[in-house]
Amino acid sequence: MVRAPLRAAEFSEVLVYPRVESMADGTHGDKDHRGQSPDDEAALSARLKRLGERLTVTGRPSEDVSGPRQTTDPSQMARGFRLSTELVAGVLVGAMIGWLIDRWLGISPWGMMVFLLLGFAAGILNVMRAAGIVREKKLND
Amino acid sequence: MADPIKQFQIVDLFPIAKIGNTDIAFTNSAAFMVLAVGGITTFLLATTRRREVVPGRMQSIAELSYEFVANTLQTTAGKEGMKFFPFVFSLFMFILIANLIGLIPYAFTITSHIVVTLALSMSVFLTVLIYGFWKNGLHFFNLFVPKGVPLYILPLIVFIEVLSFISRPVSHSVRLFANLLAGHITLKVFAGFITLLGSLGIAGIIGATLPLALVVAFFALELLVAFLQAYVFAILTCIYINDAIHPGH
Repeated sequence: MVRAPLRAAEFSEVLVYPRVESMADGTHGDKDHRGQSPDDEAALSARLKRLGERLTVTGRPSEDVSGPRQTTDPSQMARGFRLSTELVAGVLVGAMIGWLIDRWLGISPWGMMVFLLLGFAAGILNVMRAAGIVREKKLND
Repeated sequence: MADPIKQFQIVDLFPIAKIGNTDIAFTNSAAFMVLAVGGITTFLLATTRRREVVPGRMQSIAELSYEFVANTLQTTAGKEGMKFFPFVFSLFMFILIANLIGLIPYAFTITSHIVVTLALSMSVFLTVLIYGFWKNGLHFFNLFVPKGVPLYILPLIVFIEVLSFISRPVSHSVRLFANLLAGHITLKVFAGFITLLGSLGIAGIIGATLPLALVVAFFALELLVAFLQAYVFAILTCIYINDAIHPGH
């Protein structure tokens, strides 16, 4: 949506400017290229160079505006797959530990209750780590 | 309709040994593991035998897989992590090839059994645990004690961190196993619809094109999942190894 008018602007520049530039370049053309190439060829290359510069200048901000990139980056999909099981794993481990503690110590509902909640918290922590909300690397702590 | 679960059945091919009262048999799962390992080994050996400066197609596949894993490991765990390259590379290649072999019709999918994936993830977990303690000693416990937490809430946080750590092999193995199991069951169910509808006459055959198209589309998705799950397994292994190398100070 944003890019379409920008493109049009670029094209009009390309269409309008060359006439002015080709005249300007034509006079200096043989000095720059030691007279090897004909005038219009030198002018063309100079124009292409200028167009390239202009495109890089105008192209960059438009790419920033264009929202999330449509890439098939495997690491992003990998992150999506990661999220799917992290919470379940936390709750499962909490329930398992709670059940074992109940069986060993005979405090029937309490171990399960406490560890299920703790496991849920751990699962949420896992998900937040996987999503990158909580920092994962602890290098400089 | 064909049983969609039948593809996961373990079949004894021939007995190997008898320990106590337990028969140790060579199963179809073991056969496909041998096939995967043998395939990877012969492929890598054959493609890197004539090491050309300008790699051919096969050699560049081998080089790409090496560089892919090496880059993943270095960006996640740093230079020190390269010690574990053989481990991560073996895991990645084994899971990738096992997943891909499983997509061939009539083949057995090793990684659709939680025993296999749990064993793989436990090997990662124990590696992290043993290497972490060997390298950092008791400093490894710092992994469970985040900095800047008030003292009165610290015991609770440590409990949660420990549980989060223990849940790693579970989520690590369940993800791989569940994705492949679900994918293969879905493929079989939709494929079953084709034959079911096809036996209903001309209208059924026309109707059967829909599940056929779905199976084709789903197969493409499963191909992607086969690669992605191997990649997820490898990258999580790298992240966990990073924890063992740098557990916080």
